[in-house]
Amino acid sequence: MGSLARRPYGPGMTGITTGGGLVLPRYTREDAATRTPVGFPEYRSTGLRAPLRTPVDLPHRLTEVTGPVLGEDRVLAQDADLTWRNGGEAVGQRILVHGRVLDSDGRPVPGALVEVWQANASGRYRHVVDNWPAPLDPHFDGLGRVVTDSLGRYEFLTIKPGAYPWGNHHNAWRPAHIHFSLFGRAFTQRIVTQMYFPEDPLFGQDPIFNAIPAAARHRAISRFSLERTQDNWALAFEWDIVLRGVDQTPFETEDDGDVA
Amino acid sequence: MSKPIGNPLDVPPNPDEPFQPRSGQRGSGFLTGPHRLGTTPSATVGPYLAIGLTWPDGEYAAEEGTPGGFWLRGTVVDGAGAVVPDAMVETWQADPDGGFASPEDPRGAASYPGFRGYARAQTLSGEFAIHTLKPGRVPDGEGGLQAPHIDVSIFARGILDRVVTRIYFADEAEANAEDVVLRGLSEEQRRTLVAEPSEDGYRFDVYLQGERETVFFAV
Ligand SMILES: [Fe+3]
Repeated sequence: MGSLARRPYGPGMTGITTGGGLVLPRYTREDAATRTPVGFPEYRSTGLRAPLRTPVDLPHRLTEVTGPVLGEDRVLAQDADLTWRNGGEAVGQRILVHGRVLDSDGRPVPGALVEVWQANASGRYRHVVDNWPAPLDPHFDGLGRVVTDSLGRYEFLTIKPGAYPWGNHHNAWRPAHIHFSLFGRAFTQRIVTQMYFPEDPLFGQDPIFNAIPAAARHRAISRFSLERTQDNWALAFEWDIVLRGVDQTPFETEDDGDVA
Repeated sequence: MSKPIGNPLDVPPNPDEPFQPRSGQRGSGFLTGPHRLGTTPSATVGPYLAIGLTWPDGEYAAEEGTPGGFWLRGTVVDGAGAVVPDAMVETWQADPDGGFASPEDPRGAASYPGFRGYARAQTLSGEFAIHTLKPGRVPDGEGGLQAPHIDVSIFARGILDRVVTRIYFADEAEANAEDVVLRGLSEEQRRTLVAEPSEDGYRFDVYLQGERETVFFAV
């Protein structure tokens, strides 16, 4: 559909000029002080899984500045309402989760696929590996998908997920959260993340939340949204997601070869 | 008196008006640089990614039966040498003519029959498998062509941000020798990025840690 056909970044944007005279955008990098590290010692599973060597810097070329177009053909109307499955209504506090997908320049990202998954109201996932003694809900599978509109907005109706225990340390509990996966427009913009709820008392003991540098933790927490809360129906939480934008600072190069 | 503006994200959007990006820093009266929003921090996919990220056609960058289609298979191995059974591997690549199915390609979005360029596969069976085509060569930005390659993201419990690598092909020795990325690596590093031919395609194992740790890229 038309909303997906955004004008590509053309001449006039700063970036790398390829040998064929193509100007590519250069995506910003969040600096280390506000970017989640790949490994975090207090989150024990990172010990054997997070790579230990320093990653090699990869300048953005065609493969990195392009990305798949995955949109409305992957989404059904009922995917935006997680509260109704198998012909019945899920148990729990009904919430409307909404927000915008932007890039760091503030430009909305329309037509972006947003995939979400979460535990049910009692903190249990519908997954073979999750077997702690909390009830499953026959009317909740915890899966949702939506596509952002022309202004980059998304919203879905769900049940507030419960906190759940995990084996990381004694009496470890994950704060309530919803998992999000987004592609954006370019390989560089791909992100999988988690949305939290305001003032959760479990933040202090959660190494997954605390792996986010302190200066950026607020960006992972949704805002209670009285404006969108619906009388006699559902509370609302707002969460804007910011993907990497295009670096507008002048591109400097030492070699004079192919740069316009 | 105008209301002080802090984080632009704290301002509720007016659904009737497109969001206006704010340029310049507020407060000094001078534009000191573009105002940037902080990006959303990443988080691990956790152990339950299969709930949200399973697609029936996920493994098919190229539809079954596409001429030239093959399987790219491999394992993801942790620092103790154990196979990781709860990872997700995603691939993105050019088509055999070197085009990308993406409007972000300044040469124009390419379309190649039966091919979308993107695939995702989980490692529940111990192995990931992606059905795809050999990518063509694309410009490297320095006047040359890159060797055929596939960009890869790996997500798993225990990894807080995706890790990124590239797959090259052992039977493209000549192109590999000219590739701008491979040329910047040591022989030992290069070896970690090369898929070997197998009976139904290619094999590429990812070593998250250890002596054979795969070269990962900061993008
Ligand atoms: Fe979770």
